[in-house]
Amino acid sequence: MTVTTAGPVDDGVLDVVVVGAGVVGTAIARELARYRLRTALVEASGDVGDGTSKANTAILHTGFDAVPGSLESALVHDGRRRLTAYAEEAGIPLEPTGALLVAWDEDQLAALPGLAGKAKRNRCDDTEVIGAGELRAREPRLGPGALGALAVPGESIVCPWTTTLAYATQAVRSGVALHLNCRVAGVRPADGLHLVDTARGPLRTRFLVNAAGLHADDVDRMLGPETFTVTPRRGQLIVFDKFARGLVRHILLPVPTAAGKGVLVSPTVYGNVLLGPTAEDLDDKTATGTTADGIARLREEGRRIVPELLDEEVTAVYAGLRAATGREDYRIDARPDRRYVTAGGIRSTGLTASMAIAAHVVDLLADTGLALGAPRTLAPVRMPNIGEASLRPYRDDRLIAADPEYGTIVCHCERVTRGEIRDALAGDIPPATLDGLRRRTLARGGRCQGFSCGAAVRRLFGAGR
Amino acid sequence: MKRRTVDVLVVGAGPAGLSAAAALAASGAGAVEVLERDAEAGGVPRHCARGGFGLRDLWRPMTGPGYARHWTGAAVRAGAAVRTGVMVTGWSGPLTVEATGREGLEELTARAVVLATGARERPRSARLVPGGRPEGVWTTGELQQAVHLHGLRLGGRALIVGAGPVALAAVHTLRSADAEPVALVTDGSGPGLRPALRRPVPVLSGTVVTELIGRRRLTGVALLRADGRAAVVRCDTVVFTGDFVPEHELARSAGVPLDAGTRGPAVDADFRTARPGVFAVGNVLHGAELAAAAAFEGSRASGAVRRFLADGRWPGARVPVAAEGALRWAAPNLIVPRDTGLRLLLRTGRRVVRPMVTVSQDGRTLHRERLPRPADPERSAPLGARWADGVDGGGGPVRIRLDEARGGSSR
Repeated sequence: MTVTTAGPVDDGVLDVVVVGAGVVGTAIARELARYRLRTALVEASGDVGDGTSKANTAILHTGFDAVPGSLESALVHDGRRRLTAYAEEAGIPLEPTGALLVAWDEDQLAALPGLAGKAKRNRCDDTEVIGAGELRAREPRLGPGALGALAVPGESIVCPWTTTLAYATQAVRSGVALHLNCRVAGVRPADGLHLVDTARGPLRTRFLVNAAGLHADDVDRMLGPETFTVTPRRGQLIVFDKFARGLVRHILLPVPTAAGKGVLVSPTVYGNVLLGPTAEDLDDKTATGTTADGIARLREEGRRIVPELLDEEVTAVYAGLRAATGREDYRIDARPDRRYVTAGGIRSTGLTASMAIAAHVVDLLADTGLALGAPRTLAPVRMPNIGEASLRPYRDDRLIAADPEYGTIVCHCERVTRGEIRDALAGDIPPATLDGLRRRTLARGGRCQGFSCGAAVRRLFGAGR
Repeated sequence: MKRRTVDVLVVGAGPAGLSAAAALAASGAGAVEVLERDAEAGGVPRHCARGGFGLRDLWRPMTGPGYARHWTGAAVRAGAAVRTGVMVTGWSGPLTVEATGREGLEELTARAVVLATGARERPRSARLVPGGRPEGVWTTGELQQAVHLHGLRLGGRALIVGAGPVALAAVHTLRSADAEPVALVTDGSGPGLRPALRRPVPVLSGTVVTELIGRRRLTGVALLRADGRAAVVRCDTVVFTGDFVPEHELARSAGVPLDAGTRGPAVDADFRTARPGVFAVGNVLHGAELAAAAAFEGSRASGAVRRFLADGRWPGARVPVAAEGALRWAAPNLIVPRDTGLRLLLRTGRRVVRPMVTVSQDGRTLHRERLPRPADPERSAPLGARWADGVDGGGGPVRIRLDEARGGSSR
């Protein structure tokens, strides 16, 4: 098993290099791991899932509002089915809450039947338009003025952090080499191979996959004429205290209008409530900061959607950048002449579609000339549970009896035990930062944000590395 | 799952919980057990390395850790069982809690439960401070533990948000971690903000933090002055101090109503919540007060707990207190009519130089009083309550209003 963070990368000739270890890149690496190939996954950051994949709305979509007939529609439909099954197998937190697309004015109400028709064309057949009374019965804490809704029972919430880590863990356990802190600086042809210049030296590979997310256009440009441009679209989000969880039963989606997609209110698998995102087109691919305007706007929207939400404390405020390309679809293309496949413009549905994108990309690689051979079944992975809907270690008497470290709660707000922190630090892909540890365990991620546990968590992190 | 029964269960081994347990165990209240989620008993004073503890209640100067040891020892010597590393995670009955520790899960049923779960500082996110999420952003609580318990050295430049007593503690902690405190930032103003420091730190009053700058590491903090001037202070560390919020999770999950002002469980002068048998003491009631005040509340509550163990009586309707004007909260905040022992703490949201307090119920003025000292948002002011005689048990809320007395100024 190979996970490296420093030093020169392996010098042999690889079959495939996947650039970018976000949810899409790790899914592709995992899919490639099913074949007898020499595959490397290279990532600029010190951790997997450290870009867009860590800061999104964490929804497992049905694709009901995709463009019918688009690649996105097909891959979201397929990806949802695949990830739902995989989550069950790998222990990824997932809750089938369903969504309500709430109409707040007559125009929005009038749009609902059309959206139900669009959902049908996207093979999402179980939507239902409900009236104001039924809506209030299903979602009693909704603000005044809601006129009706489109119920989309197939929408779920999922843990994006565990998903990416599960893919990556399974990939590296099955032979994929993961190289972190390994930014790609250039790609040149050399003796019929790609010579990939990285921050940690060159890699030689026969085939190349671009899953570089926000930087997919930069990588694409290294292989020839420009085909697309990624414009970072910032989404700011507010995470409310766990006491807010009882206020919301479903994912509460806005009705998309000409003015944009609007903000949603959604439960999270950790038992919080999420409010967001904003949608701000930027130039800077590093602008993951939040702004006073953004926060104020979200709070205003939140007050309208679920007024009591604003009475609860805020646990976290963050921003993520989505990879917009100016086209309402993914940009997944193969260039057989270059033995190259790009998975670009993977928008906010990327988490849902990730496994289907991976399967599609591997098909394209085969079309491009990569001899896959027979697939094998991967050894299953079982991820630590950080979701509220399943048994957490601190509530597991048998686990604690076997190992009292699971009875020692270090992070009190999130009830994270010393055993879980130890396991994460000793994991196949250990966290590089405290934030990485938080994404694996929730430690230091609760309402006190480390006031009571932060020093102890820091010490464990320092000692465990 | 183990199931056990005790007479009194105290949740939290800080000064309030320990002093309550000490007094209860000493006075023969039966089996008194204290559960502490941390690895050690003593509460927040454990990581306050500075002196200044003990003078108000124990008549001798002590360090924070010394003060923590005093109360831990007092509780243990009195016969209370003080168990650390055991966290109460919820309720499974009216007076039954669930707990997790190294020995596994247990269910503890008590005849009376005393919540002494303390308070926390609002971290940056809860204060809605925009910007990046870099390393280098602290609350005083996390900083003090990292420095005083784990020997962290920071170095570099540090900005402190807040200018109250906790901010001063942060200055000392930063200096002992070899960091240079460059300024205290506060949106307040006025003469109350000249903290007594041997090596003074500039105070930027009337100033708010508008952005934290930095991706991986903090590089600076953007500020906005009341006069509209903006500036960026280059620094490696920022500490958010004060702005305490009660750790009310167990109270809320028990369905105990909170007071709108304190955000802690509403209690009467005998520290009784709305739920029979559930008491609350210390900083969970109102955010941080001095350790001595928390300890004092604990020992005072012990009398009420003993009476309840003896007679099982719990008051029915009590009259809630509503804070008005510049008043942010009053505690206790449930009034039993004719309770002459009542004494309240008042806390304002802003500095009031000549505070005038008016107490009324249903339009009837019960009391007017000019407080002798300016009211400060960082410190509580006491208010006697002989006027409780006149409270109508069947009436509306008792409104306590605090305003600037006429002729006063806001400076």
